Amino acid sequence: MINIFTTNFGPLISGLGYTLLSSIIALVASLIIGTVFALLEISHKKWVRVIGKAYVEFIRNIPLLVITMAFYVIVPQFIVQMDGFTAGTIGLTIYTSAFIAETVRAGIGAVPVGQMEGARSNGLTYTQAMVQIVFPQAIKIVVPSLGNQFINLVKNSSVLAFVAGFDLMYQGKLIAAATFNTFDTYLVVGVLYLVVTMPMSYAMRYLEKHWSRA
Amino acid sequence: MAKRIRQFGVLLAGLTLLLLISACGKPVADSDALARAQQTGKIVWGVKADTRLFGLMNTKTGKIEGFEVDMAKALTKQILGQSGKAELTQITSDTRVPMLKAGNVDAVIGTMSITPDRQKVLNFSKSYFSAGQSLLVPKGSKIHSVKDLKQGTSVIGVQGSNSVDNIKKAAPAARVLQLADYSQAFTALKSHQGDALTTDNGILYGMSQQDPSYVVVGGTFTTEPYGIAMNKGQDRLTKAMNKALDQLDKNGTYERLLKKWFSDVPGFDVKEVHP
Amino acid sequence: MQNFIDAYSAVNLSYLLRGLWVTVEVSVVSIFFSFIIGTLLGVARYVKIKYFSAIVGFIIDLIRNLPLLLILFFTYFALPNIGIRLSVVPASIIAMTVFESAMLAEIIRSGIGAVPIGQMEAARSNGMTYSQAMLQIILPQAFKKMIPPLVSQFISLVKDTSLATIILLPELTQHAQIIYGQNVNYTIPMFVALALLYFIVNYALSVGSHVIDRKLN
Repeated sequence: MINIFTTNFGPLISGLGYTLLSSIIALVASLIIGTVFALLEISHKKWVRVIGKAYVEFIRNIPLLVITMAFYVIVPQFIVQMDGFTAGTIGLTIYTSAFIAETVRAGIGAVPVGQMEGARSNGLTYTQAMVQIVFPQAIKIVVPSLGNQFINLVKNSSVLAFVAGFDLMYQGKLIAAATFNTFDTYLVVGVLYLVVTMPMSYAMRYLEKHWSRA
Repeated sequence: MAKRIRQFGVLLAGLTLLLLISACGKPVADSDALARAQQTGKIVWGVKADTRLFGLMNTKTGKIEGFEVDMAKALTKQILGQSGKAELTQITSDTRVPMLKAGNVDAVIGTMSITPDRQKVLNFSKSYFSAGQSLLVPKGSKIHSVKDLKQGTSVIGVQGSNSVDNIKKAAPAARVLQLADYSQAFTALKSHQGDALTTDNGILYGMSQQDPSYVVVGGTFTTEPYGIAMNKGQDRLTKAMNKALDQLDKNGTYERLLKKWFSDVPGFDVKEVHP
Repeated sequence: MQNFIDAYSAVNLSYLLRGLWVTVEVSVVSIFFSFIIGTLLGVARYVKIKYFSAIVGFIIDLIRNLPLLLILFFTYFALPNIGIRLSVVPASIIAMTVFESAMLAEIIRSGIGAVPIGQMEAARSNGMTYSQAMLQIILPQAFKKMIPPLVSQFISLVKDTSLATIILLPELTQHAQIIYGQNVNYTIPMFVALALLYFIVNYALSVGSHVIDRKLN
């Protein structure tokens, strides 16, 4: 097992790098897109709410693999050249954005309505009240779940292996195929995933406990 | 109740640990496959379902069809008698070695070249098909042979196939993208993810037959003798396979199956593939 | 448009539906088993039996923090190693059950934790044993509150079955891939069909959960 790690150190670490890179890009991008759709979902206008809701419900109910494959297979045929890493990262972003939209919406919903009303009666516009009063409070509620989303992203980014995305799982598959030592290879790959996800998940649990008390 | 929950929990944890470590139990892969086949009356074959001509899923019937599937059935009858059953399990180039090593299947007949590296961990029968690696490109492509795969080009291959190792040697400047199976790889080529697709000519002719806007170019640059693969140490089954292959060759079954699948493939010479 | 008409031929549609059937079959059986095992694990983790709960907790955390793809590989290739040779459908069910049990255990543990401690104390002071109180008082209340997260986990499970294409489970996504792999013109129609079919199944699940949720609470 140690053997697999030392002899394939380069590809494994580069795979882990791509996994993390894809996860980080997808986290940031899906935070932006997710927030936009959360705002659509709580808009005054019904048709805007419908758009927001439709997006979230649609994406939440479709497998990540299907979204990713669609970007890898369809988009380059008709629109623009796109490699596996890009297609995979976009797939991850869109998939995660629906979950983040739900979290952000719940976060905003948890801020007492009186806060918004108070801000409006003090002369702030809706946007001002949202940005200055409601958002900062909602973020406190949302941040811990972002950590969990990141853990999910690291795990989910293994779909990049389906589209030659050079991530950790892809490298693992190639090493397993080259060394014929499937078991040890996937053990090493598993340990590398755990090195990232386990400490994060314990940290998140700690954070959740202490933030909720505060 | 709490005690029972605890007992059950211990059992469960034990099972999980067992799964994770898989230290105990008698591995299927190490027990004599021929004896098991004779006892159960069936051989569990790993076959391709993504490779036209060799083993391809027929969506109408839900069955896998191809030269290798017919061979597997004929070999099973030859070894186990007329009542012998060939159980077909789907494999890809990526899953076939672990499936053999773990014991998910008894034997693989799946466009698998006999290579020295593989012979270190697997048993092979004698070769039943001679292929050679080549390139598939869209019609009108600037790539005419492996020499045209220069810096900046990318080639699509399949995870676990030795053609990806070969192409790295034959065209070191090209970027190699490895997909999970041939169906995915061909779709990736159609989606312009790479400039060419490389694997053995027989597989490529099958793709070109399916979609004639893609052509095989540049001839072959390796020789790939396909063999039936079994786990290392399954010497009795290997012997039985070799004997059965000889018998199929003698009684004309082999020739008939070869003609059935390959005689009307343009650009393909049936005589060349007979080892 | 012609592509859509050709792609949705009777042959292709029935092939897709056969894939959908495998998706549903694997999902339903995995949901059933993982719900039972997940509940037991969740309780085991909640009641804090010395050492045992910690070990169970650690194993749950290990499984939760690994990609499902790896667990699928391990299960498929590990089972024959301990003397069990299963075809891909039962192997997938076992892998999904292992993964989902760990995910559900966490949901159930926190669900139990959300039931006020007073409930347990009241039940005990009325003469119930710990197990009785857990089974008759605490768990029913916990499940009522857990319906939304449980169902969204079930939806995840249905979606996650698509990952078993990696060990060639003949489910919906794999069948669609085979169809468009044989004719590139069918790519878009197949992805549209995939999106619709998964959406219908999962949306039905989530609507069902809302109905149950409203009736119970």
